[in-house]
Amino acid sequence: MSILKIDNLTKRFGGLTAVDHVSLEVNEGEILGLIGPNGSGKTTIFNLINSYYPVSSGTITFNGHDITHMPTNRIAKLGIGRTFQVVKPLKRLSVIENIMVGAFAREKTFSGARKVATEVLEFCHLDGVAKMKAGSLPIAGRKRLEIAKALATRPLLLLLDETAAGLNPTELVQAISIIKNIRTELGITIVIVEHIMRVIMTISDRIHAIAQGATIAEGTPAEVSVDPATIAAYLGSDFKAENRPDA
Amino acid sequence: MKKYLLLEKREWIILGGAALAPWIFGFSPYFQGLLILVLMWVVLGNSWNLLAGYTGQVSFGHAAFFGIGAYAAAIPYHHFKISPWWGLLTGGLAAVILGYFLGKLVFRLRGPYFALGTLASGEILRLLFGEEEWLTNGHNGILYMTTFISKIPYYYLILFIAMGSLVAVKVIMKSKLGFYFLSIREDQEAAEALGIDTTKYKNIALAISSFFAGLAGAFYMIYMGFVDPEVVFALHNISILTILVGIIGGVGTIWGPAVGALIMVFIQELFRSSFFGVGPQWVSQLHSLVFGALVVVMILYLAGGVVGDWDIIRKKFGKKRVEGQG
Repeated sequence: MSILKIDNLTKRFGGLTAVDHVSLEVNEGEILGLIGPNGSGKTTIFNLINSYYPVSSGTITFNGHDITHMPTNRIAKLGIGRTFQVVKPLKRLSVIENIMVGAFAREKTFSGARKVATEVLEFCHLDGVAKMKAGSLPIAGRKRLEIAKALATRPLLLLLDETAAGLNPTELVQAISIIKNIRTELGITIVIVEHIMRVIMTISDRIHAIAQGATIAEGTPAEVSVDPATIAAYLGSDFKAENRPDA
Repeated sequence: MKKYLLLEKREWIILGGAALAPWIFGFSPYFQGLLILVLMWVVLGNSWNLLAGYTGQVSFGHAAFFGIGAYAAAIPYHHFKISPWWGLLTGGLAAVILGYFLGKLVFRLRGPYFALGTLASGEILRLLFGEEEWLTNGHNGILYMTTFISKIPYYYLILFIAMGSLVAVKVIMKSKLGFYFLSIREDQEAAEALGIDTTKYKNIALAISSFFAGLAGAFYMIYMGFVDPEVVFALHNISILTILVGIIGGVGTIWGPAVGALIMVFIQELFRSSFFGVGPQWVSQLHSLVFGALVVVMILYLAGGVVGDWDIIRKKFGKKRVEGQG
């Protein structure tokens, strides 16, 4: 069953078409990887899904609701959580307070929000820095805090925008395991944008590849990684696999 | 810290001290008058702090709410001889209604533009209430014989309102509402993505803030027995002084406005009275200059205000033992 359905989604910024008739479906419980070269429109698609930008044409349906023109906060309330590529911590609040802000989306009371936040803290391995001001967290912590804030709103669908970028190898392993746990332990559907191929190829069930705003390939990681259009988009059309120096 | 009926032990001690304060200095009405002024500024400071300090919407036009509260008490008296004491009910309400309509305009603006929008709102009201003589009696103002000669009833009334505003802010900041206000201050876009209707919660912050400012305005009318648009809608003496109370005391701290009010009223009086009459006359002209200098010093060295940077102050003055303070 599809939880998110995007139909002919288009976004124009003046003369530039950033997203060009993209259609995709996300099934309940899966991890969908969204890949594409820099500037291909991945983050723009996220920004259209949660109404951060107004949609030029096309429709977005989430869990039976038409959310195409819904305000951002209502989309979040319906159950789409997202992280930002350029992280947005609430800097002068502590880590746990940041997460509590998210938790208040479903909790009315201070103690209820605190309880949810404590669980999420542990889940994202942030319990050691709970009292720290979010503004003084190092980058790995901030990336995990992005996930934690979104998780605290108890989403059905989580949009992860480059949550592994800028991490060292150890932090990367931890980030991957958190993302996997989100699906297996919490049962949350995930759409993930990521540049690090090692991450996206290992955790995605399906990959949707775009270039210059348009879909170029879709399928399992194995299929997409040998797709000529994907290779052309990433490496140039005159690139031939057999010409690789190490082949 | 153990809590007794919403307040901590230390706060009950301060409240007790405040309740006894008018009896010291030999029951001096002059001293009592100063204390009343301090408490009125505590209310205004708290009101501003909730909107600007906690929700991040820096208002330069709090005189608009203060003034409308004062006139809500004064206008029915002027036309129908209805007691200004009703202003304690209508003053806050009038300010909330004004806030609702002003909010529709100024919340379209962000950052410095929001500040300018609020500043303009206050100024427009000042001119409007000066010109519309049929309603407001214009620059002649509205005069009313105050009910009590003693200052004591007014003192306890404003003490009650000030404590009310303090407790309200304290309770709000420990609730969902408070967390939402803070998240709007920190990052509106992040707040929206977390399911927070930022426009709605900014309006709630404005409503609570304007309510207390309007209440302070109504109190002013009852206590002073006189309103004039140039006084209650004053840019310098109300709007800017409100901001100074917040900044000096500590933006976004519970006790900041109270401490700020104490300091500002003291300094203002110190200079206006030429060091309580012992200094030369020209000293009385200096208070604006001193306020300016004080703001420069605060922003350079104590950006968090006296309460926000209390730890820094303690270190500077040689106390070795620095603990967390609440």
